[in-house]
Amino acid sequence: MPSDTVISVRNLSKLYRLGEVSTGVLAHDLNRWWHRFRGKEDPYTRLGAVNDRTAKASSDYVWALRDTSFDVRRGEVLGVIGKNGAGKSTLLKLLSRVTSPTGGEIKVRGRIAALLEVGTGFHPELTGRENIFLNGAILGMRKPEIVRRLDEIVEFSGCERYVDTPVKRYSSGMYVRLAFAVAAHLDPDILIVDEVLAVGDAEFQQRCIGKMKDVAATSGRTVIFVSHNLSAVQSLCNSVIRMQEGTLVSATRDVQTEINLYLSNAQRGNSHFPKRLSAEITLDALKVSPGQVASRSRAEITVSLETSVATRMTDACILIYDAKGTRVAILDGRETGLAPMRLAAGRTDLVFDIATANLVPGTYNLGLYFHSGLTNVNLTDLMEMTVLETSALGVPTYPAEHRGFALLDFKTRWQTPDSAPPTASA
Amino acid sequence: MENPPSPTQASAADIAPLETGDDETWDLIIRPKSGWLELHLEDLWRYRDLLWMFVRRDFVAQYKQTILGPLWFLIQPLLTTLTFTIIFSGVAKLSTDGLPPLLFYLAGTAPWNYFATCVTKTSTTFVTNANLFGKVYFPRLVTPISIVISTLIQFAIQFALLLGTLIWYLAKGEPITPHWTGIALMSPLLIVMMAALGLGVGIIVSALTTKYRDLSFLVTFGIQLAMYATPVVYPLSSVPERYRSWMELNPMTPVIEAYRAVYLGVGAFDWGSLTYSAGFTLATLLVGIIIFNRVEKTFVDTV
Repeated sequence: MPSDTVISVRNLSKLYRLGEVSTGVLAHDLNRWWHRFRGKEDPYTRLGAVNDRTAKASSDYVWALRDTSFDVRRGEVLGVIGKNGAGKSTLLKLLSRVTSPTGGEIKVRGRIAALLEVGTGFHPELTGRENIFLNGAILGMRKPEIVRRLDEIVEFSGCERYVDTPVKRYSSGMYVRLAFAVAAHLDPDILIVDEVLAVGDAEFQQRCIGKMKDVAATSGRTVIFVSHNLSAVQSLCNSVIRMQEGTLVSATRDVQTEINLYLSNAQRGNSHFPKRLSAEITLDALKVSPGQVASRSRAEITVSLETSVATRMTDACILIYDAKGTRVAILDGRETGLAPMRLAAGRTDLVFDIATANLVPGTYNLGLYFHSGLTNVNLTDLMEMTVLETSALGVPTYPAEHRGFALLDFKTRWQTPDSAPPTASA
Repeated sequence: MENPPSPTQASAADIAPLETGDDETWDLIIRPKSGWLELHLEDLWRYRDLLWMFVRRDFVAQYKQTILGPLWFLIQPLLTTLTFTIIFSGVAKLSTDGLPPLLFYLAGTAPWNYFATCVTKTSTTFVTNANLFGKVYFPRLVTPISIVISTLIQFAIQFALLLGTLIWYLAKGEPITPHWTGIALMSPLLIVMMAALGLGVGIIVSALTTKYRDLSFLVTFGIQLAMYATPVVYPLSSVPERYRSWMELNPMTPVIEAYRAVYLGVGAFDWGSLTYSAGFTLATLLVGIIIFNRVEKTFVDTV
């Protein structure tokens, strides 16, 4: 019975040691042995070993991954989501055999390969052709396989003219194209993509995602995709596992359910609320509803304030920053008559109702500017707000990274010099 | 040292019915601890194309942008040999077993250089390839083996230099008695022994340098000193009797002596010490591969 399961992960665990067990220098280790031999205190642990008695045994080690079990079926495009340190990258490292597990096992059917950072293993002195062979071999291809696909790879890279030139003379664009061409022709049964690896190279990242779509579309291929970019996960993956603190916490594989759960956790995790703005005013909470905002649809941001005395609020603005820290929008309460306003002692909720969130899908940070007789604060990074793709448009859209900042509401019509312009919009 | 806490057995809600198929149907099984002797050498065979690509890369990369290219392989030993001739033969008047000094030193330095280069180059395997090793899996042993092979090219050129000099001296009528059949039969054996020993020592050091970086200084320095503990610039026959048995503990001593014996007809060639040397080499290589295999599994976590 040929099974559908291509990866089986059982009780997989990975233990990391925190800090250096060895000092890294032989002389220091010898010195340490000498001290220990004479019954003296270790000369290299005094620094930083503050809570020695209470936490030593437990803090020397950390489980990057603990008792994780799951199966991946043929044809699955599995997204792995979770915060930093949730164990996603560790899982990928174990799957791609870069490091070995502390416990448990992984069983794999078929060839597994990872899309690597651009040009891993490229040598600048070698020609394009030589590097294709070298890179292919590093990625686990056999020579006849590379020979068979050489023309295809060269053509795909668009570097035919320079294939016998050392790659150090290539432009960075050619370099990326060549590197990607090799990876794209690897044809593994299971493709691993870590978004983190592709950071800093937008073109490569785009191509990786394009390649993933191709691979996924070809039947029988399996993709494992690790990303912080929820909209990418949403649009590419047909199942999702969610990780938290080194363990698998998802109960289902449903993309939407798990993304929602991740977001609600992320919101809770990010809050340092209640936050004191002054002796008299406290920011109790900042809330976005729905938890995940759909692009071009309604969203509400609620600021909950607790004041001990009445005060006159002169400014209340919500600041929206993109992931890179650029301010994208400001919701100024003065424009809508929210401020100035007299706040009575007790609880007040300020609700910013956004009729259509014309934001490109992505992760945004919310800030608050608040000014009253008692306090004047400008807070950034209060909370994350995730905007997801809406599928209502009915046409394939450009990837979020290529769509700029704003989604403008617009209509189109057409006209020629001869015809009277049609009045109806297209 | 305290033991790490063991993973709890209670697993997070197992999703779906997990399959419990037998192991035969899987192509790859990744498990934590393998036995000391589970070396997965068959993996090495599967990656043989990569081995050749590395050999080619090492060679091309090393000499592509130098003016003289592979000529450096000739100039280096020639200059070293000339220096030796002037200092050890001309100034210090060390014995060369009655041979022309140039020939004597060439026959010693060619194999020694090969061994020394193998050790120093393979000893940095993990440190210089940390970036690559951290991203993609292939049998790590491919890297040091490729170095040992690409270094053979350097050796071949020096070897040709030795043969050329030998023929020139023979033509001049020097009383040298090379054993031509010995050369044909012994050369491959001696090369394999040197390569294996160099690889063994090199990968042991490379495994240790992941923990102690300062060991790499020791290697460059130590290998220079080791040359004087090996009969490279002097014949074993000139060593006083009471030190000689110590010298013979050095596994490179029989190899260098055997070289001179077959090429130049002088030197203490005997099967006993050569067998000792082969045994030592095998043991070193085995220990090296075992340590290397242990380190390659967790190396990424410690660098």
